[in-house]
Amino acid sequence: MNYHVATSFEEASAIAAASKGVTRFLAGGTDVLVQMRAGIVQPDDIIDIKKISGTDVIAQNDDGSWRIGIAVPGARLGAHAGFGSDWPGIVEGMELVGSTQVQSRATLTGNLCNGSPAADSVPGLVAAGATVTVVGTKGSREIVVENIPAGPGRTTLEKGEVIAAINVPARGANAGDAYLRFIPRTEMDIAVVGCAVNLRLEGDKVVEARVAVGAVAPTVILVPEAAEAIIGTTLDDAALAALAAAASAASKPISDKRGTAEFRIEIAGVLAKRAAKIAYARAKGEK
Amino acid sequence: MSKIHVTTKINGDEVEFLADPRETLLDCLRDHVGLTGTKEGCGTGDCGACSVELDGTLVCSCLVLGAEANGKSVNTIEGMAKGEELHPLQRKFIEHAALQCGFCTPGILVAAKSLLEKNPNPTEEEARFWLAGNLCRCTGYDKIIRAVLDAAAEMRETA
Repeated sequence: MNYHVATSFEEASAIAAASKGVTRFLAGGTDVLVQMRAGIVQPDDIIDIKKISGTDVIAQNDDGSWRIGIAVPGARLGAHAGFGSDWPGIVEGMELVGSTQVQSRATLTGNLCNGSPAADSVPGLVAAGATVTVVGTKGSREIVVENIPAGPGRTTLEKGEVIAAINVPARGANAGDAYLRFIPRTEMDIAVVGCAVNLRLEGDKVVEARVAVGAVAPTVILVPEAAEAIIGTTLDDAALAALAAAASAASKPISDKRGTAEFRIEIAGVLAKRAAKIAYARAKGEK
Repeated sequence: MSKIHVTTKINGDEVEFLADPRETLLDCLRDHVGLTGTKEGCGTGDCGACSVELDGTLVCSCLVLGAEANGKSVNTIEGMAKGEELHPLQRKFIEHAALQCGFCTPGILVAAKSLLEKNPNPTEEEARFWLAGNLCRCTGYDKIIRAVLDAAAEMRETA
């Protein structure tokens, strides 16, 4: 195995494109090193991209949108007051990933590229309408986050393509987001179901919404029907029931040791309701 | 396979070693530098036995490549006592009998030290939360938490 330290994303992309074998990009390494040890992945070329300038930065653009460097670990994201006040749902998802030690290393981009349907930080990004900047040998393109995962452990990125940043829209007024997951213990576990809700209000009425669920399909999925169920409502009981029904209907989970398909379908609806209430309260400026 | 020349500062001392690109920082500390206080438990970042500080942040050294430590500082359990004088956490672990087999202890001490540097007065919940990534199969954690909180109290008094 060759260990490369890239100084630019173009260089990282070129190394990956030129590799004749298996390549892995290395930022936090909390998935890659585990897979190497387990023998699931034996990279021929590992490309360390966290020395690239700017990759450890959380920057707010003039229009209020955010650009999160690919090497920003969970602990740093969680400690960033400005981003956390704008997008608490994204932050609370990322902070659920692993222990203190893992939080020192694990990144949003890594959680996304690992391709787990149960990735805790991904539903929040999808609900937020976040995009990623992808650099390849033919230049760069911007892709919405929900189009990155292709299935468990797989992404839609092509050979030589590498994510250079995560772009999160400006928060804007009267809006809030939230992420909840179900696990059978209190911490340090993989989501049985996860759900993120992001919404904007005019007065008491929901005027924009995005709902994403995790661990109930081969990838994290955006559920437009769930958003439609609450848009135009004041999140009354009827709207919440419709939201839950839509989230459950979109869930196509498997049964495994973490939970049965029936349980996951039910819980997707329950979490959607609860997350929507939290997002609504946050949009109202309540805690 | 060509080896990578790594220059680090370990517990304040300049240290150089040659790492195979596949070797973790844990492998390098134990096998090349001879610092075997850092333990390998699971090797997959779940148990925290290999906890060290890398440029001041707490990490599992099994989840860091040795090559990644180039130009960085590493603090291990060997740097915790000042010569013969134990760190208050080490003393309190002995006083409270906060260990049995001892395998998890170096990692827990390094992690607890990192907690107290960040938060000198943690609540029991904060201490338990911070140390959730350090597994101990002997003690049931109660004595560990008591030792950490007691050491924190003593360190606040003498600070």
